[in-house]
Amino acid sequence: MIRHRYLIVGGGLAGLRAAVELAGQDVAVLARVQPLRSHSVAAAGGINAALGNNPDGADDTPEKHAFDTIKGSDYLADQDAVEIMAREAIDRVIEAEHWGCPFSRFPDGRIAQRPFGGAGFPRTCYAADRTGHALLHTLYEQAVRRGLHAYEEWVALELVVAEGRACGLVAMNLLTGQVEGFVAQAVIFATGGAGRMYLRSSNALLNTGSGMAIAYRAGVPLKDMEFIQFHPTTLYGSNILITEGARGEGGYLLNNKGQRFMERYAAKAMELAPRDIVARAIQTEIDEGRGFQPPPGAQVGSGGGYVHLDLRHLGEAKINERLPKVREISVHIAGVDPVYEPIPIQPAQHYTMGGIDTDNDGATQLPGFFAAGEAACVSVHGANRLGGNSLLDTIVFGRRAGAAARRYVEGLEPAGPAGQEGAVAQVEAAVRSMQEKIAKLLRADGPEDPAALRDRLRSLMSEQVGIFREREPLEQAVAAIADFKERYRHIHLRHRGTRYNLDLYQAVELEGMLDLAEVIARGALLREESRGSQYRRDFPQRDDANWLKHTLAYHTAEGPRFAFKPVTITRYEPQERRY
Amino acid sequence: MDQALGAADTPTVYFNVQRYDPEVDAKPRYDRFAVPYEPGMTVLQGLLWILDHVDGSLALRYSCREAACGSCAMLVNGWYRLACKTQVKDLRSKEITVQPLPHYPVIKDLVVDMSGFFAKYRAVQPYLVGGDGQRAVEPASGPGAPAPEEVAPGREFRQSPADRAAFEDATICILCGACTSSCPSFWTNPDYLGPAALLKGYRFAADTRDCLAERVPLLSGEDGIYRCHTIFNCTAACPKEIPITEALQSLKRMASRRLLGGGGGGGRQAAR
Repeated sequence: MIRHRYLIVGGGLAGLRAAVELAGQDVAVLARVQPLRSHSVAAAGGINAALGNNPDGADDTPEKHAFDTIKGSDYLADQDAVEIMAREAIDRVIEAEHWGCPFSRFPDGRIAQRPFGGAGFPRTCYAADRTGHALLHTLYEQAVRRGLHAYEEWVALELVVAEGRACGLVAMNLLTGQVEGFVAQAVIFATGGAGRMYLRSSNALLNTGSGMAIAYRAGVPLKDMEFIQFHPTTLYGSNILITEGARGEGGYLLNNKGQRFMERYAAKAMELAPRDIVARAIQTEIDEGRGFQPPPGAQVGSGGGYVHLDLRHLGEAKINERLPKVREISVHIAGVDPVYEPIPIQPAQHYTMGGIDTDNDGATQLPGFFAAGEAACVSVHGANRLGGNSLLDTIVFGRRAGAAARRYVEGLEPAGPAGQEGAVAQVEAAVRSMQEKIAKLLRADGPEDPAALRDRLRSLMSEQVGIFREREPLEQAVAAIADFKERYRHIHLRHRGTRYNLDLYQAVELEGMLDLAEVIARGALLREESRGSQYRRDFPQRDDANWLKHTLAYHTAEGPRFAFKPVTITRYEPQERRY
Repeated sequence: MDQALGAADTPTVYFNVQRYDPEVDAKPRYDRFAVPYEPGMTVLQGLLWILDHVDGSLALRYSCREAACGSCAMLVNGWYRLACKTQVKDLRSKEITVQPLPHYPVIKDLVVDMSGFFAKYRAVQPYLVGGDGQRAVEPASGPGAPAPEEVAPGREFRQSPADRAAFEDATICILCGACTSSCPSFWTNPDYLGPAALLKGYRFAADTRDCLAERVPLLSGEDGIYRCHTIFNCTAACPKEIPITEALQSLKRMASRRLLGGGGGGGRQAAR
């Protein structure tokens, strides 16, 4: 039994920012990987803050940032939460700069800012096209400076609840296979998104939504899970992200006729329309035969068609200065040098707008349990997140969750010996039953191959719960997922050892992926409208009269039970989105 | 894209993977796996295919699969590479030998113990010490350049693009551990801070915002930069192509200038 006052699960930006906020307290970070290996490291293009440093955006304000975010969200974001994020953006970005984040600079020495999709002003601060890397290393450095205590390569398995409060966690040390209990007065989940349930995803291989699934099973509702962002430009074959900054710097999207087709979809914003609109435009070009198809027998990676992202007119010097990672990845992974050739790109899953339902301080409906970052849904992104707002979300709400956890714990009645023993007993019981479950899984000898099941789930989600949705394919998906869940009960493992058993780990995470896939597919079926990333061919219009509300999914033994929650409107009346 | 290994004529490649669990095995062995080749396949994809389809006991680290997180540095056909950034076709061989990063203790198979590596990282105070606008390092524009403007509360420290560019290369390090693993000076002296930690030290020493007076002395002690004998293995091993050896020589120059009382390399500290 391990005890900490505060336990943070996840070592990416949100988790580390919470840890920094709680520095000096008895706080520990438990993470699946060494924190620098977290998916935050892959964020490329930048972080939004209305600094007004760009001469073309000198009169930018947090209010304008909030408006762009709300409009981009297709009015599903909670406007009070967005206002908080836009206001605190400036403080958080300046703080990161003071902590050493190596932002790119304008000639006057201020932080450089570039245009990004769906934004009326060039407000995206960046460090070349490695902004997530720059920020994650900076936050890790500051956490180390403050004596970071981390359990690295541990897998969270279960959130423990006693007397209606979160009181601990059951986790497995991947290196030894040991299942261990953690007692904590507050638990913060910063466990990232769920992108890897899709065949085509830009996400790190780790992003299977395990934290969301654990919270869901503990009775905490998930919010707006049907809203899955598809990024317009990922590298054909591997689906590695090609940053929106490539279009922010002036890149063109071209179809197989050499046309800048965005003029037919968003004549004003062109390539810098919000991601949902650009992703649908690209997929439409491909579906209607104006994309490129690989030659027969030469399908690469995840397959599908593609269009071209052309950066050649930017010139080698600008590409090297502003987009070095785009060039590195294109050359090494696709064998295409963007200085001389257009990059083959296709849309792919990129971000989970939904997540663990929290308030503006990361607090959930379960006292003592907090969430932040992509794992959480505040909601600041609504139905479609703007580029440059996810890094911002992590450090604004990571900090707020850390601070709120502290207020919560310091406001608790001092637990008497009986209360403490109650928590310990509950965690011990949870550890014992998890040990039995793991032991049973290690003996599992059924006919089903979990890796094959996972691959089928991924294909299903990309094909039937993807960019374009419709009743019949969604109903088939719901049925297929139910079938997969039944098959999961009859899997076998290939390896029965305990030390660094990835076979076991992947089987454990597949169980959570199946739960989340069910919530996503059923939520998409339920929501009979098109809003942001959720596009129903059979309901192509936004329907504010019936659907201007958040979806909540509660776990039951029979599958999700859905409820709804109003959207907070402050001063921005919903209107039609035009770009 | 795939002239060297067309999918049709060479459908199979062979991964020879070093296997070793020190708690079970007396010594390492090699397992040979036949892996169906697909165009665009990386070494990491091949290893994950083995994990999914042949041998669930294989241990390796993976995360971003885009050369950003530093998880999957290993020896591939005898050289330091990120498995995710290495195309099978570029190896120009059907036989692929995969070994863990040498000179770190093996935990299991391709997973090595990097706690010593990160202890050295922590030893160089790997964080910016700033906050008062005073520079420990002269800007690239040279001594005599105007002092940083008074920073308004709540605003960024100013840094010219040239000053920012001076340490750009060092900021792209992903701490994968390849450089230190490749360094003969580290092989012979395990206490040597090694190229990765020293590069991190340089990243701050060369940042005009850093004010840690002890920055350069911290890096130039008994186990510091003077143990670098410019063998250039680190530079050759770096999968991000960072000119690490050059950065370490810059640190030596900073340390020398500091000892001689000249400008730069913490020279401003003397005046404070």
